[in-house]
Amino acid sequence: MSTTEAAIVLADGTTFEGEAIGADLPGGVAVGEFVFNTVMTGYQEVVSDPSYAGQVITFTSTHIGNYGVTPADDEAPTVHCAGVVVRDLARRRSNQRATGDLDDYLRSHGVGGVAGVDTRRLTRHLRDHGAMPGAFGTAAEQDLRAAAATAQGTDGQDLVARVTAVTTTVHPSTTGANRRIVALDLGIKSTIVRQLVQLGEVHVVPASTTVEDVLSLAPDGVFLSNGPGDPGAVAGVPDTVAGLLGEVPIFGICMGHQMLATALGGTTHKLPFGHHGGNHPVRDISTGRVEITSQNHNYCVDPESLEGIEVTHENLNDGTLEGFRSLRAPAFGIQYHPEAGPGPHESRYLFARFAELMDAGR
Amino acid sequence: MPRRTDLETILIIGSGPIVIGQACEFDYSGTQACRVLREEGYRVVLANSNPATIMTDPDFADATYVEPLVPEVLERILDEERPDAVLPTLGGQTALNLAMDLSESGALESRGIELIGAKAEAIATAEDRERFKQAMVEIGLAVPASGTAHTMDEARAVVGEIGLPVVVRPAYILGGRGTGIASTPEEFEHIASRGLAASPISEILIERSIAGWKEFELEVMRDRADNCVIICSIENVDAMGVHTGDSITVAPAQTLSDVEYQQMRDAAFACIRRVGVETGGSNVQFAVDPRTGDQVVIEMNPRVSRSSALASKATGFPIAKIAAKLAVGYTLDEIPNDITRVTPASFEPVIDYVVTKIPRWAFEKLPGADPRLGTQMQSVGEAMAIGRTFPESLQKALRSLEQGRGGLNADPGEVAVDAVETERLLDEVTIARPDRIFALESLLRRGVSVERVHEATGVDPWFLDQMLAISEERAALQAHGTGEHVLTRLTRTDWRRAKRLGFGDAQLAWLLGVDESAVRAARLAAGVEVTYKTVDTCAAEFEASTPYHYGTYEDTSEVEPSGRDKVVILGSGPNRIGQGIEFDYCCVHACFALADAGYETVMVNCNPETVSTDYDTSDRLYFEPLSVEGVLNVIDAEQRSAEAGGGRLVGVVVALGGQTPLKLAGSLPPELVLGTPPASIDLAEDRDRWNSLCARLEIPQPAGGTATTLEQARVIVERIGFPALVRPSYVLGGRAMEIVYDAEGLESAWAAIAADGSLGREGGLAAERPVLIDRFLEDATEVDVDAIRDHTGEVVIGGIMEHVEEAGVHSGDSACVIPPVGLSPETIAVIEGHTRSIAEALGVEGLINVQFAVKRVGADGPAGSGGQVFVIEANPRASRTVPFVAKATGVPLVKVAARVMCGATLAELRAEGLLVEPSAGSHVAVKEAVLPWSRFPDVDALLGPEMRSTGEVMGIDRSFGLAFAKSQLAAGDRMPQSGTVFFSLADRDKHVGLEAARRFAALGFGIVATAGTAAYFQREGLEVAEVVAKLQRAEGDPEDGLDGVELIEGGRVDLVVNSPRGRGPRADGAHLRGAAGRAGIPLLTTAAAASAAANGLAEWITEDLQVRSLQSYHRDPMGGSGTGSGTGSG
Repeated sequence: MSTTEAAIVLADGTTFEGEAIGADLPGGVAVGEFVFNTVMTGYQEVVSDPSYAGQVITFTSTHIGNYGVTPADDEAPTVHCAGVVVRDLARRRSNQRATGDLDDYLRSHGVGGVAGVDTRRLTRHLRDHGAMPGAFGTAAEQDLRAAAATAQGTDGQDLVARVTAVTTTVHPSTTGANRRIVALDLGIKSTIVRQLVQLGEVHVVPASTTVEDVLSLAPDGVFLSNGPGDPGAVAGVPDTVAGLLGEVPIFGICMGHQMLATALGGTTHKLPFGHHGGNHPVRDISTGRVEITSQNHNYCVDPESLEGIEVTHENLNDGTLEGFRSLRAPAFGIQYHPEAGPGPHESRYLFARFAELMDAGR
Repeated sequence: MPRRTDLETILIIGSGPIVIGQACEFDYSGTQACRVLREEGYRVVLANSNPATIMTDPDFADATYVEPLVPEVLERILDEERPDAVLPTLGGQTALNLAMDLSESGALESRGIELIGAKAEAIATAEDRERFKQAMVEIGLAVPASGTAHTMDEARAVVGEIGLPVVVRPAYILGGRGTGIASTPEEFEHIASRGLAASPISEILIERSIAGWKEFELEVMRDRADNCVIICSIENVDAMGVHTGDSITVAPAQTLSDVEYQQMRDAAFACIRRVGVETGGSNVQFAVDPRTGDQVVIEMNPRVSRSSALASKATGFPIAKIAAKLAVGYTLDEIPNDITRVTPASFEPVIDYVVTKIPRWAFEKLPGADPRLGTQMQSVGEAMAIGRTFPESLQKALRSLEQGRGGLNADPGEVAVDAVETERLLDEVTIARPDRIFALESLLRRGVSVERVHEATGVDPWFLDQMLAISEERAALQAHGTGEHVLTRLTRTDWRRAKRLGFGDAQLAWLLGVDESAVRAARLAAGVEVTYKTVDTCAAEFEASTPYHYGTYEDTSEVEPSGRDKVVILGSGPNRIGQGIEFDYCCVHACFALADAGYETVMVNCNPETVSTDYDTSDRLYFEPLSVEGVLNVIDAEQRSAEAGGGRLVGVVVALGGQTPLKLAGSLPPELVLGTPPASIDLAEDRDRWNSLCARLEIPQPAGGTATTLEQARVIVERIGFPALVRPSYVLGGRAMEIVYDAEGLESAWAAIAADGSLGREGGLAAERPVLIDRFLEDATEVDVDAIRDHTGEVVIGGIMEHVEEAGVHSGDSACVIPPVGLSPETIAVIEGHTRSIAEALGVEGLINVQFAVKRVGADGPAGSGGQVFVIEANPRASRTVPFVAKATGVPLVKVAARVMCGATLAELRAEGLLVEPSAGSHVAVKEAVLPWSRFPDVDALLGPEMRSTGEVMGIDRSFGLAFAKSQLAAGDRMPQSGTVFFSLADRDKHVGLEAARRFAALGFGIVATAGTAAYFQREGLEVAEVVAKLQRAEGDPEDGLDGVELIEGGRVDLVVNSPRGRGPRADGAHLRGAAGRAGIPLLTTAAAASAAANGLAEWITEDLQVRSLQSYHRDPMGGSGTGSGTGSG
């Protein structure tokens, strides 16, 4: 097997050696914000999750690509992440569901990456020093170094605008439920849509859709989707959400949750290295039950910045806010990913809660 | 929900002796449970018959009962201790079955005792296969089509519906005993009838065979608030059809997409909830059809299991410890994760490495056993390795097995498999055998496609392709040619690529045709050195406070500097016959003693079942192969850590882990070897030097010599005469040891030892490893002594054990008793004196074990009395018997020895209170071996000089007879209290056998015997009710009537005493013994054991059953109602 040497240079100058995988990069360089994800299954879902726009994903699991890829596991038609770093990329896939190899998949989506990396060293570095911008590729080290020095993180960038749909799509209900849900697409995952269509007909609309246009669809509920980057930089959406509050039941996930919090006057802050994985314990305060959750966020809502809310979910690892509901309007937000894809299924009850909320508002 | 306050005393049931399917993983889980529950303030009572365990150390429970694990004994313990609850989920199938017995008989309810961990209802649902399947169908989970049967007619009806092939499994059996796959009606008849006989309730489950499917296992935990988490996913490299305990397994699962994995996870939770395991750990096994992805549930264990131990070591999540906490009421979110300390246990570990477990079998010790792997577990131990990738962990695991293999071939061991022609090899690999993995690589290396190998074996193409990567790298290396000059040509990239695929230096040396030390030097010069990463449950997301390391080849190492004095302790590797839990006990005790004395302890081991590989046993744990490279790397890393932190590496303990670390001693820097110097270890093994030492000390030895050729052997035997004992040097457990009675026997024994014999793979013989040949002393009593000598020359005798079986039976397979019951004070004094002078002459610092034979003087005197004492051998290291001695006497021998090895004197330790006087009560302790015959019906159940036992039990009571009776009961041989005893004895045993027969007759037993034995008995005036023929009729046999086999198989006798004839064919006896095994009738194969059994039975029938804790024996030695008779020396 012939391999091409590649390297990673982080903004702080730290370098890692490896081999190039995926697409050939223009000029042999790509940049992005380096984060790590600890899932042990679900690499395709992670790579295709639009929330990773602008980020280079380091998988802590060592063997990636073993079971290939299949269109059924795509979270979006386009891959938005900036790159993939792995310890070992499978030479050969083996799974009856697979229709292709991860390497080809990355190539066809124009995403490059590096394999053979001491990903544990990289992960520890990011853990200790925080998620940081950097460059990778097959270019000479000084070129990578130069690119890394000027690479930007995701802070202050409105990445939602880059990934949201340009037109509305309508997804009929799969269960015959007659609710109508408008889903504001901030970078929505297919798995979320698959959960929502069990509750009713889903209109996935661009992030820039106005309050009037949303309400003109006479929805039973509005869903605010996940999405990439810095919630503080997302233009317009918090105002839209503010306009919808009280008019219609609202459920937000991840970025949607942060938008809901912002609309309610709350603030967000950046976590040192974010939560990216499928094993974070979250307590549902109302029942005391612990759920293992799928997580993917770099920013988090400051609960003390919010008034008129009740904290419904908390992260048991670091105590950060994982969910709240408004005491004044029928609206709630969840920071993690109850839809799973990838990840555990036990939080899907939250979609039923959304249905209850919609039905109560009828 | 905090801990329950309504409980005060909790009884933990252990798993008893080590047997196939139930090994030291339950010592690990039980030890954790004891510690945790005591930390929580509960009073812990422990019942376990196995003295070699760490959990039965008196420090781990408030009351420790080393008593037989049978219901009537347990009831006595319940009466004695009045526990509020019984925790049965940490002692394997043994504890679970006992708990069910106690529950069903009402013994728990009548005493108001609660079962915690799993209720009887849940246990029954999981254990009864039919109920389990119904329960799974009820919750919508797929299971293989099946039915149950209680008779052969029912069985035929079921198979008529399902169709062949089918799997047949007996109900209520651990480790798959009696299980098999039937593809033809004939096979079905055989396997089904065997299964019905094996099941204690005569029930078998017949189910559609899904052989060839992928096999997975999920480790689940649940708390009483119904929170569920998966601790680990495990994928088997061997497809369905091979018992998971006999499969190569990998964590985490490698070939499941998230969609499939989450479906399996949901199913596992549904399963544990439906079965109703309220708290604790369980494992659920799944099979997946590789063509369709269909998943079916295979089985679940409602308890901590072998896989839980593996999962705990693989992830760093201590399942048993957490299970114990959950059992007393905590919820997962209330328990901190030990490793991160800041996050809770209510999470799912993620791992950033690959773990591979490979079983270790003992077929070479069991001639006649069929080495095919199937649905019945046959392995006796396992090694685990951690690497960043599967190829790395696979190769490390293969060398961790210590079977002379460097990894996945690329070593001298590959020659045999490479010599097999491709088509034949492809045919051979369709059947799983211990060596199959090497054949797979050989095929791939020859260019046979992954597809073809997959088709032949069912091994997933992903795993095969990873093996192919190893083959390709090997080819790339070999393209450089061979010889020293290649070493300089290899670049850092080359070295790094090879090392990252798990190649050991020894393999590289073999491929490149140079010395291992040259490879090491060249590799280090190229800048490629091992790095140690950390097992931290979280893939580095949080900081780990636990230095649990594994070696790999990456950029940076995570070993922290240390400013303390540290000691490296080398463990004993995978369990095998001859080297098992007793050495783990020793290593763990050393850790505890040295930690108490202020040292930083560093453990190196690769056995996932053990307490020693628990991250909180030592200060630092390296989960690494016990190879020269593995150990030198750790020493380097620890020396560097000491330099960086201002600490000091005091040395390495090699004397406590059995033969494994001892063999490494010569490759370590001599100044680092603690205790007895390596030169003395060699002296004891070097026959010539040992002989001259004994001569100088004027200690008699049996005549003997050493040979490296058959010719030399013949010359020696000519000099010393037959019978002779033939054994290789530097082996443990009497490997390939044999007593030969004539020239023919000598030749066949030689063939087994020579290079192409079964020992060849373990290194064979060489000038530096010659064969030892000694005159075998017939009619002698064997005596084992464990002693400690310190550097000032003081010697403490730890224990003198008299063997029950005569010399010639391996000491590991022989029952033995403390204190000796048949040795005169004069003989004991001689033995003690010899022990002291040998220890002195060898310059021992630490433990020494010396074996003696006491030759009977005069034909009629009892063995040993006033006899002549010969020394057989001395081993300046911890012996197998040390834990037993410690439990029998109350003296913590290993702790004392560990301190002595680090320079303390016995006087100092006495002053410190660590070295205490042995408890001088009137109790007697008997150790009995537990043998694996029931697993291997085709192997002759015969004791000999090669050790075959897998484990041991201890019986302790107020007299030898009672202690012996308890030891038999604990070993699983329930002696009959009335009925008929069948004797068939070799001539030399008839004298002792007669005494036993007389006692049995006096107890009201009927005596039947084969012609020769009967004639002797009758001549001596003992009435024989029936005289039978053996299988082959001989002169003097009755003309008609049943032969011995028919008598046994017809259930007409209750105990069989058959001693093998010393010379000539042994076939007759083998048939008798085989029949006893099949019929489940207790069998004694020596006259001495029969005599001891008759004694014991006499007392057992007349005396009350008493149980007493070790703490009570040792704290209050004269207490209890000990009316000891026949104890002490006399």
